[in-house]
Amino acid sequence: MNSQSEKMEFKAAPELPDIISYRPPRKGMLGVVLRHKAASAGALLLIVLILAAIFAPYLGTVNPIAIAPALRARAPSAEAWFGTDMLGRDLYSRVIYGTRVSLTVGFAVAIIATVAGTVIGLACGFIDWVDSIVMRLMDAVMSIPSILLAIALVALTKASVSNVIAAIAISEIPRVARLVRGIVLSLRELAYVEAAVSSGSSTNFILARHILPNAIAPIIVQATYICASAMIVEATLSFIGAGTPPTTPSWGNIMADGRALWQVKPYIVLFPAAFLSLTVLSVNMLGDGLRDALDPRLAKVT
Amino acid sequence: MFNLIVRRVAATIPVMGLVALIVFSLLYLAPGDPALVIAGDQATAAQIEQIRTNLGLNEPFWYRFGSWLLGILHGDLGTSLISNVPVTTLIMQRMEPTISLMVITLLWSVIVAVPLAVLAAWKRGQIVDRVVMSFGVMGFSIPVFVFAYCLSYIFAIQLHWVPIQGYVPLSRGVWPWLNSLILPAVALGSSYVALISRIGRAALLEILQQDYIRTARAKGASNTSVLFEHALKNAAVPLVTVVGIGVGLLIGGAVVTETVFALPGLGRLTADSILRRDYPVIQGIVLLFSFTYVLVNLAVDLLYPLFDPRIRN
Repeated sequence: MNSQSEKMEFKAAPELPDIISYRPPRKGMLGVVLRHKAASAGALLLIVLILAAIFAPYLGTVNPIAIAPALRARAPSAEAWFGTDMLGRDLYSRVIYGTRVSLTVGFAVAIIATVAGTVIGLACGFIDWVDSIVMRLMDAVMSIPSILLAIALVALTKASVSNVIAAIAISEIPRVARLVRGIVLSLRELAYVEAAVSSGSSTNFILARHILPNAIAPIIVQATYICASAMIVEATLSFIGAGTPPTTPSWGNIMADGRALWQVKPYIVLFPAAFLSLTVLSVNMLGDGLRDALDPRLAKVT
Repeated sequence: MFNLIVRRVAATIPVMGLVALIVFSLLYLAPGDPALVIAGDQATAAQIEQIRTNLGLNEPFWYRFGSWLLGILHGDLGTSLISNVPVTTLIMQRMEPTISLMVITLLWSVIVAVPLAVLAAWKRGQIVDRVVMSFGVMGFSIPVFVFAYCLSYIFAIQLHWVPIQGYVPLSRGVWPWLNSLILPAVALGSSYVALISRIGRAALLEILQQDYIRTARAKGASNTSVLFEHALKNAAVPLVTVVGIGVGLLIGGAVVTETVFALPGLGRLTADSILRRDYPVIQGIVLLFSFTYVLVNLAVDLLYPLFDPRIRN
């Protein structure tokens, strides 16, 4: 121990935190990014993917469904960055256009399932006779594994992006409804809700003004997870031939096309696989970050 | 104790009835007329009408649902529209690979995930915890079939350690059977392990904050004693719950995993039936898997008193 630190001991006990070098957390945008590194990385990646989906025609792509039998199953090269598939379609273009399908399905399912599930959950939490009927139905729907329910629903209808969205949304609604119902049930016991009831506020007013604002944070977090899982289910359905029409360049379809050539041309499967995983990962990281920011109690444990 | 079991079992029956109703409605709403498919192109209108009457297709919805339900109770799930073989027979033929895959996946996942959860909770915030949690996020984000292809690329195509595709029945020897299932089981278990370790860690962390843990520490109990005797015992209920809930993930994942590795199981049968629009087969499989899922979770419910004496009364 040198003399300088011995002198320091008169000023502050060594166990105490170093007050002088304490820096307050950074303020502003940079501070938010630095405190939530993973979530920011996820958000950034997601923004890049959204831009890629919007500007797909301008990113050096060619027509993703134009077949060129003379150029089939080419390895990645300067002309075809990701190579071509067994019909000679340009894989880079197909994968970039595939971003549109995945993001559309993910966002649409998240919005539909969240809105419908929230309405059902609010009704079940506040109106007892609705609760006893609807929650039984929701329990039954939840006991059918969600991919199987989506498969059965898509099998009934013609393959199209909107039918896939509807099928996945139906299997996700009960999860949101259950979450919202649980929140409502715990909130309606609180004193301020009781006060609103006894002062004669209408049920609709209480739901909109007192209950919903308190339920928004967990609902948003749940919506990001639904978005991620919807993208996985869409790709899964397309991959086994029960999803978007085979001509649509979705990542699941590209992988299904590449299955036959898997042992000789693995890159046909691996490029869309990498994009799919990165997209889902970015949404999940964003979701985890939102959960930590919006729900400090959960952040401590999970 | 006996009352509890009876109540839980009784509560499951209406759920199963509703599931059956939903699955039946799906077939009822399916486009196309099964009588037309069975009769073929050459049939006259009278013949088609005859088939409709024989199949009971002219009866009202509830009558048809009732007779279908009665059939299920006798093990009759209808007949395939394409091969004309009873659905039950088709399912029995494809049962072995799927059960093998799911049991092996369940076993290795639980064996790996529970220690990971304990480790992450114990070393909370440290590097081990972060690694486990990062793998957890990856497990949730990488779809089962993507992971399956990555494993297949490395271990089957590049290293030739295991076969690329195909299934070897258990009757041809335990080792070849296991060898054909290693990659599928690892791939299928990825999201399951992520789920169990994440929820298990959260449950343990909550328990470690309880007063009785502080008491145990205060009276001088060792780290291992606190972790395994006080904490893990109480985490058993949330752990078996998530193991049960995760079976839904396994069922959904099995469909794609079997497609990637060409395992001739129920998942393949589902995928093939979708392509052929063979509704009775799809319906039978969805019903079978859903009932399995409900029964697994019933079993989990019935296990609770075993782990938590407070529930026994």
